[in-house]
Amino acid sequence: MTKTILEMRSITKTFPGVKALSDVNLDVREGEIHAICGENGAGKSTLMKVLSGVYPHGSYEGQIVYNGEEQNFRSIRDSEHKGIVIIHQELALVPLLSIAENIFLGNEQAKNGVIDWDETRDGARKLLAMVGLNEDPDTLVTNIGLGKQQLVEIAKALSKQVQLLILDEPTASLSEKDSQALLELLLEFKTQGITSIIISHKLNEISRVADRVTVIRDGRAIETMDTQDITEDRIITSMVGRSLEDRYPSREPNIGETILEVKNWSVYHPQHRDRQVIKNIDISLKKGEVVGIAGLMGSGRTEFAMSLFGKSYGQKISGDVFMNGQKVDVSNVGKAIANGIAYATEDRKHYGLNLIDHIKHNVTLANLPGVARWGMIDDLAELDVANDYRKKTNIRSSSVYQVTGNLSGGNQQKVVLSKWLYANPDVLILDEPTRGIDVGAKYEIYTIINQLAAQGKAIIVISSEMPELLGITDRLYVMNEGRIVGEMPTSEASQEKIMRSIVRAEGKAS
Amino acid sequence: MTVQTAPTGTPADQAKAKELSFLGALQANMRDYGLLLALILIMLFFQYFTNGVLFKPVNLTNIILQNSYIIVMALGMLLVIVAGHIDLSVGSVSGFVGALAAMLMVGWKFPPELAFLAHPLVAGAICLVVGAAVGAAQGYIIAYHRVPAFIVTLAGMLIFKGLSLAILAGKSVGPFPAEFQLLSAGFIPDVIGPTTLPWLAENGQNVVLHTTTMVIAILAVVGSVFFSIRTRARRRARGYDVEPFSLFVVKNLVIAALVIFFAYMLASYRGLPNVLVVMGVLIAGFVFLTKRLTFGRRIYALGGNLKAAALSGVKTERTTFYIFAIMGALAALAGMIYAARLNSATPKAGQGLELDVIAAVFIGGASALGGVGQVAGAVIGAFIMGVMNNGMSIMGVNIDWQQMIKGVVLLAAVFFDLYNKNRSA
Repeated sequence: MTKTILEMRSITKTFPGVKALSDVNLDVREGEIHAICGENGAGKSTLMKVLSGVYPHGSYEGQIVYNGEEQNFRSIRDSEHKGIVIIHQELALVPLLSIAENIFLGNEQAKNGVIDWDETRDGARKLLAMVGLNEDPDTLVTNIGLGKQQLVEIAKALSKQVQLLILDEPTASLSEKDSQALLELLLEFKTQGITSIIISHKLNEISRVADRVTVIRDGRAIETMDTQDITEDRIITSMVGRSLEDRYPSREPNIGETILEVKNWSVYHPQHRDRQVIKNIDISLKKGEVVGIAGLMGSGRTEFAMSLFGKSYGQKISGDVFMNGQKVDVSNVGKAIANGIAYATEDRKHYGLNLIDHIKHNVTLANLPGVARWGMIDDLAELDVANDYRKKTNIRSSSVYQVTGNLSGGNQQKVVLSKWLYANPDVLILDEPTRGIDVGAKYEIYTIINQLAAQGKAIIVISSEMPELLGITDRLYVMNEGRIVGEMPTSEASQEKIMRSIVRAEGKAS
Repeated sequence: MTVQTAPTGTPADQAKAKELSFLGALQANMRDYGLLLALILIMLFFQYFTNGVLFKPVNLTNIILQNSYIIVMALGMLLVIVAGHIDLSVGSVSGFVGALAAMLMVGWKFPPELAFLAHPLVAGAICLVVGAAVGAAQGYIIAYHRVPAFIVTLAGMLIFKGLSLAILAGKSVGPFPAEFQLLSAGFIPDVIGPTTLPWLAENGQNVVLHTTTMVIAILAVVGSVFFSIRTRARRRARGYDVEPFSLFVVKNLVIAALVIFFAYMLASYRGLPNVLVVMGVLIAGFVFLTKRLTFGRRIYALGGNLKAAALSGVKTERTTFYIFAIMGALAALAGMIYAARLNSATPKAGQGLELDVIAAVFIGGASALGGVGQVAGAVIGAFIMGVMNNGMSIMGVNIDWQQMIKGVVLLAAVFFDLYNKNRSA
């Protein structure tokens, strides 16, 4: 019987008016990888914030026993002192400092306030080797990819003599390859006796690496499963409190004539004039069709979509766009929208929403003339529209006057969708529409996509989750390094087939 | 943000509670009216400590005249700050335009065929166009070449400070034609004729009211009550929540009483100052712009999240460009009001005004990060600064202390605003 390293006993945390956690028990054994699952807003992050001292002792009820002693963490410093390190979903690195400087930020290798640079670099190099990152410690963090930045965060945690590593959605924005590497690393740590708690929505990853899984729903710990019991279906059933028969709603495709054609589309990098990012892409799309674009991170999917949407990315853009056989001008966002093209971003916080404003103003922004006459907004008409879409997309909020920054990820995504539904496009490009949102909200978004297709809209879905693409699309394009390297009806596609077209293209390129 | 009577709870609850509770709605309104309340408290404070001088009709009129140019510029600055920018050049631009006005009307000797340029209306129009052009030039660099507004307008501040010195050749130029002086020193004519109220006589002096002023005020009150009743009825008819009737009545009564009271004060002196009419029209126009026009909405959107606004089809560059052009025109108008008030253009006119204007907007609750701010807040913010200047001067507080107190008030206002926001978030 392995020893229990951490025990959280009947933790209850209330915010004004809301009970975020009620009577939650969690025990973590030394050297295990313990996964925590739950829908958005279930209380996972709150629980981790209680554990790491973000919510200080006294602001919650219950006990935390760590290494056999009761702990009263008053701040994140206290918990780090005991070897508990939390890595948040949004990385806390300073982009314009070097890797070494970031690793030792707040914990500088210094004597009397004077930094010892040799010590810093050597230390950083050792830690980088431990996480398997082969980069010069003097490289600026902004110059390395997201996957490598995640590794720098972990190296930073290691520098604090971590015993219990908490990772909040570590792979949410990583490519397949980087995610694999990260999971391997966790398994490696396990052999070294480091305990990990991992919060994740990616159930396939959890079932691969986790020793045990605790499911949290509505602020309560529902159950803890052991390795032999872990299956994706079991976790989902436990998370949503009902069994989701099918993760993808079924649909009868009713595909019409060709609506969108893109011919010979080329784009160059916004800063580097000579770097061609998108290389002579041809695609077409039919009414009522849901088409997926698969590909690895950095294959140019988002860049392609954004360049198509009013030249929002890149320079020296060439190629033609046809809607219903007519050549159209998409040289700015306004014209793209006017010609019936809409693009819902993968990064809703930075590119999708005005987070300090409420739902109503966000929903109508892309189509203000729809609620205005002669440039004057009709407040009540706008209110009708906002309420209508709030109902249609099932946004959970107190009213349309709730500020979007306070909504959960899934509901924010529904606001973004509402905005583009109200703009009434013929072609809707959805870039990672379900990133970082929970199973229930995902299902709702798939349902909305199906309804749109049934109305004869054409939809492009860009996604890094291959099961999702296989589950909801009619046809797939595969992109790699700025080119379309494969096209197949979804009925004939499989994850292996998609990966094979990517690998084959890589082979040809090199 | 505007207070909307936000429904809470599930749709089922909403159907039941069409009228919110009086206390709940009052609480929701308090944050919006807190600033107005602060202004009234500050006025009462000085009323007491100036032994009743503050509320004398002549002094209230003075407060309006003294702050008119700040308020005019604060309207434009509100747009600039909501858009996430800043304009440090407005003081210098207003001084420059004042100098230009003086040279056009008084300084330069035009040949007879160009003499029309010296006519106050023509000169005024030229000044407004020049101001807008100056703003547009700065806006063009900021919007299309992405040079930070702080730097562009800092440069503008130096350039136009220098230009006003240059065109005035270092001297003061004046006095202005009488028609031009009316902009700041004039009052609307009493077309109806004075009303004497013998029963309010004090020390044998009859109270003589400027009747036209009172009529305008009463019309304004009736109009505003009419519109708020209509809005309320429309919301109700469409099935949306409305504030409780009791609060609705109290709110309208209080506002009506305040308007009538100030109108009475002004009417018992010389009536509505011309500049207050100009200001009133501008304030109403800017409230309309920010609340009802798509142009205004887009300013809030781009200030709140520039990239998201651009990806929603907002022409962010063009919008920014227009904002600075508007700011320039308002700075020109303010410069003329200032010059007309002093009855001469001086090389130092307008210097440092930008700081008062920016302070007014921030006291009024605008966010330095952009996306947040209200016209009413900026106007009240300007009056808070103005009343403090006036009150402390009457009390004989030294200028050094005045500066320090104003600094502390600015800091405290923004501090409490942020504190409240953090607490409610």
